[in-house]
Amino acid sequence: MKNRFSETFCRLRNQNRAALVGFITGGDPDADMSRRIVRSMCEGGCDILELGVPFSDPSADGAVIQRSSVRALKNGASLRRVMELAGDVRKDFPEMPVVIFSYYNPILKYGVERFSEEMKKFQVDGVLCVDLPVEESEELTLIMTQKMIRLLAPTTSEERVRKIVEAAEGFLYIISSMGVTGSRRLDFKRITERVSVIRQILSEKKRQDVPVCVGFGISSVAEVKEIAKIADGVIIGSAFERILEKALSEGRDPVLEIKKYTQEVSMACFRR
Amino acid sequence: MDLSRKEEKKFLPDENGHFGIHGGRYVGETLMAALLELQNAYEKVVPTEDFQAEFFQVLKEYVGRPSPITYARRLTESVGGARIYLKREDLNHTGAHKINNTVGQAILARRMGKRRLIAETGAGQHGVAAATVAALFGMECRVFMGKEDVRRQARNVERMELLGTSVVSVNSGTGTLKDAMNEALRYWAETAEDTFYLIGTVAGPHPYPVMVRNFQRVIGDEARRQMKEKHGVLPECIIACVGGGSNAMGIFYPFLEDPEVRLIGVEAGGKGLETGRHAATLSGGSVGVLHGMKSYFLQDENGQIVEPWSVSAGLDYPGIGPEHAYLRDIKRVMYVTATDEEALNAFQILAHMEGIIPALESSHALAVAIRMAKEMKKEQNVLVCLSGRGDKDMEHVRAALKR
Repeated sequence: MKNRFSETFCRLRNQNRAALVGFITGGDPDADMSRRIVRSMCEGGCDILELGVPFSDPSADGAVIQRSSVRALKNGASLRRVMELAGDVRKDFPEMPVVIFSYYNPILKYGVERFSEEMKKFQVDGVLCVDLPVEESEELTLIMTQKMIRLLAPTTSEERVRKIVEAAEGFLYIISSMGVTGSRRLDFKRITERVSVIRQILSEKKRQDVPVCVGFGISSVAEVKEIAKIADGVIIGSAFERILEKALSEGRDPVLEIKKYTQEVSMACFRR
Repeated sequence: MDLSRKEEKKFLPDENGHFGIHGGRYVGETLMAALLELQNAYEKVVPTEDFQAEFFQVLKEYVGRPSPITYARRLTESVGGARIYLKREDLNHTGAHKINNTVGQAILARRMGKRRLIAETGAGQHGVAAATVAALFGMECRVFMGKEDVRRQARNVERMELLGTSVVSVNSGTGTLKDAMNEALRYWAETAEDTFYLIGTVAGPHPYPVMVRNFQRVIGDEARRQMKEKHGVLPECIIACVGGGSNAMGIFYPFLEDPEVRLIGVEAGGKGLETGRHAATLSGGSVGVLHGMKSYFLQDENGQIVEPWSVSAGLDYPGIGPEHAYLRDIKRVMYVTATDEEALNAFQILAHMEGIIPALESSHALAVAIRMAKEMKKEQNVLVCLSGRGDKDMEHVRAALKR
């Protein structure tokens, strides 16, 4: 199978820039608008796209993404619809790595085998399952052929980091700080130390080929610049949803604003 | 009574908390360290003599255990079948079985060096029990409660506040118990270093289901001894209501390896299973993952969680503890339902005939006990877990009966 992750990170390394990993809830606020928003993110300079599957009980997410889930569900979003959206992206952006970002329950209810088949059909590259830690993930990874994106928290012990690093595929998602998704003050010194510890373990395990991306609480151009210095990728989620939400509440079309923001943070991913 | 004694192997979860296909730890990586720390402390601290001594001393001198078993003479005579006995958890301090668990977890929290307790609550019974032990041990406490429940259970909010707890009204989702639990998990992900999350039922990620069951098994351990002392035999049948399932797990667990004892869990049938307005997770739900565990849940075809319905707020949870899910799968426990109407009826019958006002939750178990005792022989015994008292339900019952 084509490995869009390694191709993307390889290309970006040559350009001396970090990947911009953009998250958005699929189907927010409705299917049509969501398709336009996703397109504007791809055109604006996202290097990897994470499409969130809305869930009724997003217990790992902050208020912004919770509200985006509610809007999307109200307008009929589902795992199936988000996979269809991924299929649309694939037609227009054949090289873009696309990750389905979901809580486990919608996948379990859909059926793990059926999910895996459909992802092949829509050419999805990876899955990030927020509430499926490494101990429980075999029920999905033994069946699906897509990459399973793993998360590391600031509190993940070294022993666990070793275990997770062994299972890592696509890229590693380093959570910047404790708590749920959304904005907060970032401690760059701690994040830098953390990334270097993880890179050390990766190289001990001969897995230095696995790209390291940092996410949670990153939104400003200045923050993106700092993270781009130390990581292979910068993950932005709630910031897109905040722009979307604000535009909606003020009666504007969010598409242009999202594209403009994407261009700004994409530029900030260059290391110089 | 000793939690450290060798447990019945067949019913133990594995090292990652699985009961058959159920249970486990389905949480984000940000919570894993806190759960592993808790599991480690639980396994090391709880079996020690020192912990056990403190736990049982508080249960005896503060909670008022052991709780008695009452023979419901007039009820039995009017039903005309098996003898009906009541395990009186309603006589505990704070009026329900919930306190057994909060005492255990608070002692553990203190020994882990945590200074703050957090809890989720629906009707407010677990919130009050958490606030009570926080006051008893001088700990800070914060209780998450859906905004709908804050409105419906104003009296319990006042009780918690009087006990020194701050009640956080949760606006997200549908503003009920499941959302309160989501919010508690979010808060815990940020504060786990100095905060202990005190879950109120046999649900959530490992080790909560096994830990809460072991703090609640005192109900069944006592009942077993009391029935043996009084009658020389075990009861033919034990009946308990099931929301998340902590009182049921507590009374069932010590009897799991007695095949002659029939165990019956009663889920809230609400307005009837056919209406879709119920909280009968095992009868009307399917396998899913929520709140850190795999179990049965009420959900739609897209895996979105569906809001349950019951006249009793304490049974109003869209999931069920994973050990119950397992006991259902292996057919060791039979799960049935009682409707709102049947529960309201049993509520009044017990008040009239025995001078005991039961909680609406426990009234579901009573309704099934009355139904079953009729079909049984007079020399047989039915034991009902009367999990709480019904004073809290008076206004609600009056309104429901008017309708």
